[in-house]
Amino acid sequence: MATSVLPTPDKPAAPRAGAGKLGWLVPAIVTGGLVPAVVLAARAARGDLGANPIAEAMNQLGLLALVLLVLSLAATPLQIVTGWKWPIRIRKALGLLGFFYVCAHFLVYAVVDQSLALRAIASDITKRPFILVGFAGFVLLLPLAATSTAKALKRMGFARWKRLHRLAYVVAILGVVHFVMRVKKDVTEPAIYGAVLAGLFLIRIMNWARERGNKRG
Amino acid sequence: MRRLPTPPPSSEITPEARYLRRREILKSAGLFVGTAAAMGTGLVALTGRGRRATITAEPLPAGLVVPSASAAPTAPSSSAAARNPFTTDEPRTPYEDVTTYNNYYELGLDKEDPARNAKTLKPRPWTVVFEGEIKKPQRVDIDTLLKWFPLEERVYRMRCVETWSMVIPWLGFPLGKLLERLEPTSRAKYVAFNTLMDPEQLPFQLTDVLEWPYREGLRLDEAMHPLTMLAAGLYGKSLPGQNGAPLRLVVPWKYGFKGIKSIVRIALVEKEPQTSWNMAAPREYGFYANVNPQVAHPRWSQAMERRIGDLEKRPTLPFNGYAEEVASLYAGMDLRMSY
Repeated sequence: MATSVLPTPDKPAAPRAGAGKLGWLVPAIVTGGLVPAVVLAARAARGDLGANPIAEAMNQLGLLALVLLVLSLAATPLQIVTGWKWPIRIRKALGLLGFFYVCAHFLVYAVVDQSLALRAIASDITKRPFILVGFAGFVLLLPLAATSTAKALKRMGFARWKRLHRLAYVVAILGVVHFVMRVKKDVTEPAIYGAVLAGLFLIRIMNWARERGNKRG
Repeated sequence: MRRLPTPPPSSEITPEARYLRRREILKSAGLFVGTAAAMGTGLVALTGRGRRATITAEPLPAGLVVPSASAAPTAPSSSAAARNPFTTDEPRTPYEDVTTYNNYYELGLDKEDPARNAKTLKPRPWTVVFEGEIKKPQRVDIDTLLKWFPLEERVYRMRCVETWSMVIPWLGFPLGKLLERLEPTSRAKYVAFNTLMDPEQLPFQLTDVLEWPYREGLRLDEAMHPLTMLAAGLYGKSLPGQNGAPLRLVVPWKYGFKGIKSIVRIALVEKEPQTSWNMAAPREYGFYANVNPQVAHPRWSQAMERRIGDLEKRPTLPFNGYAEEVASLYAGMDLRMSY
C-alpha cells in the first residue's frame, strides 16, 4: 500500500514562455481579437452588411487593422507610464492580429473588389497615392510578421530586431494617411487615430530623453 | 460484516496540488472569458456599423396627377425596340437599398446615417422661392408647385462619384417646364439651387464638413435638357427625407452630388454659381461633374463602378450612358479641364 508520506505539492506549472499566472491572457486577446472577423463573416453570410457589402467589409477590416496596430504600439508606452508588465506580453498578439486584418483587407480588395484583375490592381497601386500608401503599409508589415517569432529574434539579435520593428510606427502612420486620403471630406475619425499615435510616440520620446538624462547625470 | 467499498486505484486520485489549484483554474477561465469578451465587443463596437434603419414608404399627397402603376413609361417613341433614355430597362435597385444607402451630409456622414436621422427633416409645410433673372419671381408652396405639372415616372441610372451606382424610378417633372413657366430673362445663363438651411431639421449643418447651405448649379441649357428633372418621389411614393424630401434635382448624366436635395431656392443667374463640393475641393470636384470614365478623380479611378447589389464591377459609360442625348451640350469643350 501507499506510504503515508505526504507528497510535497508540485511546483506550479513549469514556467513556459507566456504561461504562469497570466497564461490565459494571450489566448484571451487572440480569441477576442478574432471575434470581429467572425461577426463580420456571419453578417456577410446573412446579407446584413447594407447596400454595399464589399465596401463595408473593406472599411471594417481596414479599421480593425489600424485599431489593432495602434493597440500593439500602445503596449510599451503603457508599460512606461504604469510600470505594468502585462502590456508587453500581449504586444506580439496584437501586432499579429493587426497583420491578419491587413491581409484580410488587402485580400477583399484584390479578390472581391478588383476580381483579381492584376493589371487594374497594379495601375491602382502605381497611379493612386491612396492605394499606394495602403499597399506600402502592407508590404512593410511582411518582414515584421516574418520576424515575430522568438527564434527570429534570437537569430537577429535584440538590437537589430528592435530597430527593424520600429517600422511598426511607420506602418501605423501610413495606415492613418491611407484613411485620411480615403474619406471624402470629414477627417475627424482618422485624425483621432493620428492623435493617439502622436501621443504614444511622445511618451516614448520623453522616456528616451529621460533615460539619456539619467545616464549622463 | 459489511465490506468497505473498494477504494479507487491510487492512479485516479487527484493530486493534491491540482486539487488545490482548482480555484485558480476556474479563476483563469473566468478571466479568459471576460477578457476575450471585452476585447471582442470593444472591437466590434468600435469598428462595426449598426443595423440599417427600417424604412416605411409614405404615400404621395392626395390631389397630384400621378401615372398609374401600369402606365407605360413616358417615352416619346412608342416602339418597344427604340432607345428610351427616360426609362432604362436595367434591373431597379431595391427600395431598401435606395433609401438606406445615401450621401446626405446634413443628416450624417455614414451611408446609413441619413435614413436613421431623417426624422428631424419636416417636408411639410415647405416653400420654394424662385428668383433672379426671371419675369415671374415668386414663393410657392410645395403642394401647389407639384400640381403645376403632371408627375412622370423615369427610371434613371445614378452614378455616385464614389464609384457605386443605382437604378432608381423617380417621380417628378422636367425642370425645363418649370423654367419656361418662370420665364427667364435674356440675362439668365445659369440656374442656382439651395438646400434648406435649418440646423434643427438638418443637424449636421452645425458642423463645418461643408459650407452650408448646400448649393448646386447648372448651365441653362443643361437645366432645360429634357432629361433633367425635379423629383418629389421614388418607387411611386413620396421622397423619404434621406433622399431629399420634398423636392430634389436629378441630372442622370452627372455624378450624384449634383442632385441637390431638399431644395428651397431656385435662382436664375448670369454668372456660374458656386457649388458646394467645388468650393470644398476644387481640384477634385468641378462645376460640370459629368460622369466621365476617362477623367480620374485625383484619388481614385472613375473607369469602373459597382452597381449596388452586384459583386463584380462594370465599366462606367461616358455621360453615364446618356452621351447620345447630352454629349452635344459640351461640343468643343475640353472635358479634362471642365470636369
